[in-house]
Amino acid sequence: MTIERVCVVGAGTIGSLYAGHLARVADVTVLTRRRAQAAALNESGLQVSGKSELRARVTASHEPEGIDDVDLAIVACKAVDLPTTAERLEGRFRRAAVMTVQNGLGAEEVVRLHGEWPLISAVTFMSGTRRSDTHVEYELDTATWMGPYMGGGPPYETVRELESLLIAGGLEAEAMPDLRPAQWSKLIFNSAVNGVAALTDLPHVRAFAEEQEFSDLGHLLRGLIDEGKAVAAAAGIELHDDPWEMNVRAVTHGETLRSDYAHIPSMLADVRARRPTEVDYISGALAREGERLGVPAPLNTAIYRLVKAREASWR
Amino acid sequence: MRVCVVGCGAVGSLFAAHLAGVAEVWAYDLRRDHVDAINQGGLRISGVSDLVAKVRATAAPEEIPPCEYGIVATKSMHTEAAIAATASVFEDGAVCSVQNGVGNEELIAPHVARVIRGTTFPAGHLVEPGHVEQDTGGKTWIGPFEPKPAAMEEVKRLAGALSEGGMETIAMPDSRGAQWTKLIFNAASNPVGALTGLPHGWACERPDIRELVRGLVAEGRAVADALGVELDSDPDDLIDHATQVAHDHKASMLQDVEARRPTEVDFLNGGISRFGRERGVETPLNDALWALVKGLEQSWSRQEQR
Repeated sequence: MTIERVCVVGAGTIGSLYAGHLARVADVTVLTRRRAQAAALNESGLQVSGKSELRARVTASHEPEGIDDVDLAIVACKAVDLPTTAERLEGRFRRAAVMTVQNGLGAEEVVRLHGEWPLISAVTFMSGTRRSDTHVEYELDTATWMGPYMGGGPPYETVRELESLLIAGGLEAEAMPDLRPAQWSKLIFNSAVNGVAALTDLPHVRAFAEEQEFSDLGHLLRGLIDEGKAVAAAAGIELHDDPWEMNVRAVTHGETLRSDYAHIPSMLADVRARRPTEVDYISGALAREGERLGVPAPLNTAIYRLVKAREASWR
Repeated sequence: MRVCVVGCGAVGSLFAAHLAGVAEVWAYDLRRDHVDAINQGGLRISGVSDLVAKVRATAAPEEIPPCEYGIVATKSMHTEAAIAATASVFEDGAVCSVQNGVGNEELIAPHVARVIRGTTFPAGHLVEPGHVEQDTGGKTWIGPFEPKPAAMEEVKRLAGALSEGGMETIAMPDSRGAQWTKLIFNAASNPVGALTGLPHGWACERPDIRELVRGLVAEGRAVADALGVELDSDPDDLIDHATQVAHDHKASMLQDVEARRPTEVDFLNGGISRFGRERGVETPLNDALWALVKGLEQSWSRQEQR
């Protein structure tokens, strides 16, 4: 399989970063949710600034019927929008592989409900900020990790080819025969960091790694992460990275560059904007896996329940 | 009988005004406008009770004569400073905490002659300087605080005066049961309100939150058991009762969070956690909510570019 035509589904921050960079090395189409954004993209193209500086020509449509067949579709919407987005893809892209890049667990299963595409599991660590419908700022140029979905993926060679294509386009990428160790490392990290940030209104500050006192946030993070590791072990997953080390690295890296800088986790951004969060796919997924495997995860369950109740307070 | 109320906010005012009918009452409080209003027009209570009481208020401890009794009603995070400032008033006095949570009596004990452990249910809010609206009635339980106890006769005399003044108070040899029942109720319901933004009933009608609250209660109950404290009622029943009768009530900790005031979490979930550790009982959920509320408090002082 040769990947020459790519459709990016969802042109938020992450989708725009894929589309802009891949347009350097492939034919890129963009499927948007809103008609106005598709029109703007067709009119003025896509601009990326920050870690990359580029302007890309893309073909966009807000209707699946407006997109020609492709070799690869990257579904880059938020997890909360995935059920409706996947439904729109039903019957489309019959010869394509489909890659999911949502946070947490369960995206592949949602997409699978709507088609038999070979699926590529992925997690991405890159981040940015949307400036407008046609302009995205590329902030963290960290990698996308990907591998064939264990419930039915393409041959590993296809994933390797995609890795080369992303790197040729200017992004960081790494293919793995089994993504689950990386996916779970990020899941456990996200359940702890995103949940605590969303509930405390704190960005990912150094306090997240301080654990001298029982009332220190690092003590809670450690407990959340230890639970997650126990669930992963019961699931037979050998983690790619230690989530606690990821937490410590993230707070020290951020603050050595600029003392007042700290990353705002996406779930905190969602809570501040009173948007539905991805907690069902993150802490909720971890709690459900724990229950399924008979390994209780009471702290992750507590975080899940508190965030769900917080969402309910806006209604 | 001469009594000094330390911290004359909503709860302190209820005690000061009712006792003023049967005792000489002083009030120590740092809010100048409140102190001045009390001295000029008396301390006014409306709502569940209706009275205007003659109380002598001051922010200067040296103006207060020695008192037989003290009633500490500050927010818990001000206990230490308030009792240190007024210690000379109680060189031969019995001082009773009527505050939320656990740990206040321990802070009071080094500064005074004798200590009484108290728990009170009446509540209200400050309407304007010198005027408190009483929102709810209810009983008060008091008993000797063991490491530095007041005599039972002394406890009974205070209970008698409070009851005579109009605040029903029960003296008992061991008042920990009432204190821990209220503590466990508050530690389970308050931080959940503070973190979710939901009023009591809205939160506890959700099966997922009710389950979390049940877990918090169970931890508190295990610590009380390890301490040999017999609860005087089931905190889970109180939670369900409050869902019925106080459905739309915002927990005081949620009110604090909305106003970005420091909360009493150190004396609620923090208290359960500390006593649990002393007795070798793990309290992971209380630890978690303690840390989350402390984190939320930290977020207010963080200068952040949004």
